[in-house]
Amino acid sequence: MTKAEQLSQLLQLADNALIIGHRCSEWCGHGPILEQDIAITNIALDYIGQARNFYQAAATLINENQESFPGFAFPLSEDNLAYLRDEREFRNHLIAELPNGDWAVTTLRIFLFSTYQYYLYTQLKDEDKTMVGAIAEKALKEVTYHLKWSSEWVIRLGDGTEESHHRISKAVDQLWAYTGELFTKGDPLQEQWLQKIQSVFAEADLTIPENTWMHQGGTTGNHTEHMGFILAEMQFLQRAYPGSQW
Amino acid sequence: MSFNINKFYYGDYGEAKTGAADISVKATAKEEWPLWEIFVRSKQGLDHKHVGSLHAADAAMAIENARDVYTRRMEGISIWAVESNYIHASNPDEADALYDPANDKVYRHPTFYDLPDEVKYM
Repeated sequence: MTKAEQLSQLLQLADNALIIGHRCSEWCGHGPILEQDIAITNIALDYIGQARNFYQAAATLINENQESFPGFAFPLSEDNLAYLRDEREFRNHLIAELPNGDWAVTTLRIFLFSTYQYYLYTQLKDEDKTMVGAIAEKALKEVTYHLKWSSEWVIRLGDGTEESHHRISKAVDQLWAYTGELFTKGDPLQEQWLQKIQSVFAEADLTIPENTWMHQGGTTGNHTEHMGFILAEMQFLQRAYPGSQW
Repeated sequence: MSFNINKFYYGDYGEAKTGAADISVKATAKEEWPLWEIFVRSKQGLDHKHVGSLHAADAAMAIENARDVYTRRMEGISIWAVESNYIHASNPDEADALYDPANDKVYRHPTFYDLPDEVKYM
């Protein structure tokens, strides 16, 4: 892998975790019940922690190979990468940035995404001998819990009342089109991912939509209209008061 | 959603009137998830200690909620959850009869005999 490829891998891992973590954090104080409010806020913090680790690794990579990365201001920190990049530079998948919607959309998004993260981190842990593999190994414990927590919610809502089944089915229709870009063509992870989704959907009495047109764009920086609003809120302080701390 | 928290089923005093098997709470709090008592073991070899209560729809969710609410700062390595319905408690109204009589019976404490000097760690 070239230095540039390493950087784009790190940034995608970091951006995904940061953006979905930010979305989860929006539930803080608004959860349906105190216990679940704490649960989803914990998950948000796990994601932000993963993002920090990946951004730190990315910053180290850039600082140690300055000649390979013209166009960055050195020395660079994790904060520069999170707060001072523009929308088109973010490499997260679109599914991470979509609005939370209701509890069904929120938990289904976490389920679809953490299943992806689970198999991806497992692969990185086994095959990547760099910092990336080490971070993935540490984060895998958290992701395993996110997957357990979210799949139980998908089953609970899908196999629950008429209303909850209706809502989670709507969420499936809404989110499924954003799962295509998680994998490149022929990625062996896709098969594992799909099997896990199918087994949980079977228990939840949900069906996978067929012949869905898949959205693309996150990995090339072409984001949905929601992304700008997230960054506006997240980056405002560092943009308005550069370098401020608390 | 109703926020009328009815602790009747908590065991303390309802039991005296209706008996422990009373499950009428399920009707009064139909919209609410049941309450669970949470016990956490802080490390291997210690006992589980009561740490508080929380709401959850079922036992699996109670344990997950307890993990998120009560062990976020490394407080524990094991969790027990018991639905509060099933906790039987003594009646506070009877506290005088139950506990006061022990108050003047100091001879029940093992302090009325001399230990030989050779016994060091008692």
